[in-house]
Amino acid sequence: MTAATTDAPPPKVRLPRRRGVEFSLLVCAVLCSMLGYAAVGLARSGAVPHDVAGYGAGLGLLALTGHLAVRFGAPYADPLFLPIAVLLNGLGLVLIYRLDLETPADQAAPTQLVWSALGVGLFAAVVVCLRDHRLLQRYAYLSVAAALLLLTVPIFFPAVNGARIWIRLGGLSFQPGEFAKILLAVFFAAYLAANRTALAHTGRTLWRVRLPAGRVLGPIVAVWLISVGVLVLERDLGTSLLFFGLFVILLYVATGRTGWIAVGLLLASVGAFAMGALEPHVHGRVEDWLHPFASIEAGQGPGQLAQSLFAFAAGGMFGTGLGLGHSTLIGFAAKSDFILATAGEELGLAGLSALFLLYALLVARGYRAGLALRDPFGRLLATGLASILALQVFVIAGGVMGLIPLTGMAMPFLAQGGSSVVTNWIMVALLIRVSDSARAPGPDDDPDDDQAADGHPAAGGPSAPRATGAPATPGVPGGVPLLPPPAREDAR
Amino acid sequence: MTRYIRRAAALCLVLLVALMVNAVRVQVVEADRLDANPANRRTVLARYAEPRGDILVEGRPVTGSADTGQPLRYERTYTDGPLYAPVTGHASQTYGTTLVEDAEDAILSGTSPRLSALPLFAGLDPGRRPGGHVATTIRAALQRAAYEGLAGRRGAVVALDPSSGRVLALVSSPSYDPGVLSGTGGPVAAAWARLNTAPGRPMLNRALRETYPPGSTFKIVTAAAALDAGVVTNVHAPSGTPDPYRLPGTRTLLPNEAKGCDDASLAYAIRWSCNTVLARLGVEVGLSRMVRTARAFGFNDPDLRVPSRVAPSNFDTDMSPDRLALSAIGQYDTRATPLQMAMVAAAVAGGGEVAHPYLVESVTTAGGGLVGRTPRRTYAQAMTPSTARRLRELMVDVVERGSGSNAGIDGAEVGGKTGTAQHGVGNQGTPYAWFIGWARAAGAPRPAVAVAVVVEDAAARREEISGGGSAAPIARAVMEAALEADRRRGKDDGRQGLS
Repeated sequence: MTAATTDAPPPKVRLPRRRGVEFSLLVCAVLCSMLGYAAVGLARSGAVPHDVAGYGAGLGLLALTGHLAVRFGAPYADPLFLPIAVLLNGLGLVLIYRLDLETPADQAAPTQLVWSALGVGLFAAVVVCLRDHRLLQRYAYLSVAAALLLLTVPIFFPAVNGARIWIRLGGLSFQPGEFAKILLAVFFAAYLAANRTALAHTGRTLWRVRLPAGRVLGPIVAVWLISVGVLVLERDLGTSLLFFGLFVILLYVATGRTGWIAVGLLLASVGAFAMGALEPHVHGRVEDWLHPFASIEAGQGPGQLAQSLFAFAAGGMFGTGLGLGHSTLIGFAAKSDFILATAGEELGLAGLSALFLLYALLVARGYRAGLALRDPFGRLLATGLASILALQVFVIAGGVMGLIPLTGMAMPFLAQGGSSVVTNWIMVALLIRVSDSARAPGPDDDPDDDQAADGHPAAGGPSAPRATGAPATPGVPGGVPLLPPPAREDAR
Repeated sequence: MTRYIRRAAALCLVLLVALMVNAVRVQVVEADRLDANPANRRTVLARYAEPRGDILVEGRPVTGSADTGQPLRYERTYTDGPLYAPVTGHASQTYGTTLVEDAEDAILSGTSPRLSALPLFAGLDPGRRPGGHVATTIRAALQRAAYEGLAGRRGAVVALDPSSGRVLALVSSPSYDPGVLSGTGGPVAAAWARLNTAPGRPMLNRALRETYPPGSTFKIVTAAAALDAGVVTNVHAPSGTPDPYRLPGTRTLLPNEAKGCDDASLAYAIRWSCNTVLARLGVEVGLSRMVRTARAFGFNDPDLRVPSRVAPSNFDTDMSPDRLALSAIGQYDTRATPLQMAMVAAAVAGGGEVAHPYLVESVTTAGGGLVGRTPRRTYAQAMTPSTARRLRELMVDVVERGSGSNAGIDGAEVGGKTGTAQHGVGNQGTPYAWFIGWARAAGAPRPAVAVAVVVEDAAARREEISGGGSAAPIARAVMEAALEADRRRGKDDGRQGLS
């Protein structure tokens, strides 16, 4: 590259939109789910369910709605998000339907389908109406207020199965903590994007450690402490762990200070130890995790975790086949917290690995969208959303498989739960929004936009759209540059 | 920031790897241990998800499976429950399996890798195969004759094919219907409690699991030892034994129930069951030779299986001469299962060799493909062939001219030995009536059947209870059924040969 051409805008590269790829993958996802539905019917009653076409049409309609929304609202978005979400949601419906067969009095699949439709509707609304994710940055404080309100409200409602995380209005019940996830991610991303330089480079030095200025760190720590405190009150361990992980990861990504990880881990272990030792509910969970077969030895029959482990073991390498397992032995949370056990038993290690890889792909694409973006808010938002998904999958899967203590949480898209499905669809909508911004050639070419979004004067000219997602080189070695020119950083 | 996003992504990769490794741990490494956990209901659910294979008698199933529509779906049914219970045992969802249902459970329930088309690769096929069938060696006619002969009295009958060791009949009485134990719930528990507390102990398999003092039927073993040892060379020579006989080293006098036993020959002593002569012979043969012969017949063997476990019969290996004298006539500590005494009769009938008894002829897949066939095996050579020949003559003599006349069959050669075993404090208990014997059809090269019958509580006055009176007629009925079945089969074979 010669000096004369440095300031000249690079030639326009036409990025492939890949909407055709997305459509083909969607068709595969719908067919895959229909196959699962038919397999359950064949296994249970020896015949393909008569409404398999109806199920396919319904799921196909949802997929088509999503696809059209993406095609018109976010044409450059990563083509993998939507098909993976549809496939996970479709498989979740199949698993819930399959478990419904064992409990004729409690039909959850139709409700789940309604919630999925609502989720896809909101998904489409977000993709079409939210033209620029940076708009969210302006509502950071509104988000955090709403999140804290949502988190606090369930305290005034009665506990369900030991956790006060539900709001019941009439026949409907929903889990505000689920929606608070997104709102907190937005707030954390916006606040950290605006203050990351201050967080990384101001404050007093104590011995060789530079402490961040209290006025910068204070508000965000307060928000985090309040939310986790509220969740502890509500005994929603999974979500408090999730918020903690989200906070630490975003703080680390924003400031690049490894110290935060150390502090976070330290705080987490102290908190976990204190909770495990003092709080009876948590203590019970930890005891169950350490001794899953204690209740058997005590002659009280296997507990839920033991039943879950039995289910996974029964699945073995290739599973018993859809509809042929006995994961209903797990009991009341089989369709929600423990739905992964059904997947593990009936699809085996092979199917479970495929599921994990689907989630991994979703998460990886989220991070990739974050990497490809140029504004810090978008990067942090994408990282936050992807991290939420990853942590959630890890916490719930690790819990039901005995890797970590069990915490009540929903497997994204798979588990029964209206708030969860709707939230996950909105999260995917935001990821699609972000990835569209990352890959689209349009508005990012305007340097003013960059400046407004970043809070820094942009040092370089218009950024070059990239055909490949990830930048070739990382940031300046030795920490975050004082005045990072994002466009430059990425264009190198 | 790029670097830190990448690191966050790398953290997620670590979490993913942790999940995958943990999944392998649970689903592969620890799967077998978790599957085998007794609290895991999957094993039992899978076990009853398919109909159980059948137990066959002469090619016809004596068992069945009923679909209950419950989680434990298929329950066992029995076509002739009480008749075949000592063979089949029960397969209860609540109380487990016994006898052939237990010994061949892997075949019947479909878990056996032998049922797979490629047994070596059975591990790769996680599915359960349809339950296979187990064909028994039982002959329906003999079984029925024995069952009806006992007519509900406490006792047992075992019939063997002396040349092969096949168990042709295995009856224990009183019996029970194992079908009432199938399934779960209150009625099953009530039936279980009732059967376990019933005074007749119907679930006790008297043919295989109960030992009785064999009484005079054990004299065949003593005679075999004496002849093999050369203590007796001429069975018709006077033995020089006084009547009564004073037990060595004691002042106890051993009397005879029979008359004319003073200085009687071995032939006479067998024919009329003289205690004195055989007790003295046992002492003369000596402990070690007596023990060796008893062992060769099957006594003191805790590992005998047919394939159900058989209670070990006992002949003490360490005792004083006076006790040896009593043991030699089947008293003192000598105890034998009916199967054991049938093996004694079969050894005499089979030329001195004891064939290993077996109850399962073959096992097949659900489709009828042969999985395995029990081969004939020699258990032991209990005596020389010449001793066996001489004992056969003596046993024929018992039936034709002695105490076993009730067992005689027209047109057939029948050998036997009666026994009346006293037991209880001061011998006040109701005596056990024994008969062991064998039968050879006229013109047949070798005996077709050997049988042992014990009747625990013959409903007769005490002085009338005897092996010849109570047990011999049952043995005769069983042997007649065997000869009749053989005759018919021979005719069929002949017809086939002509056509």
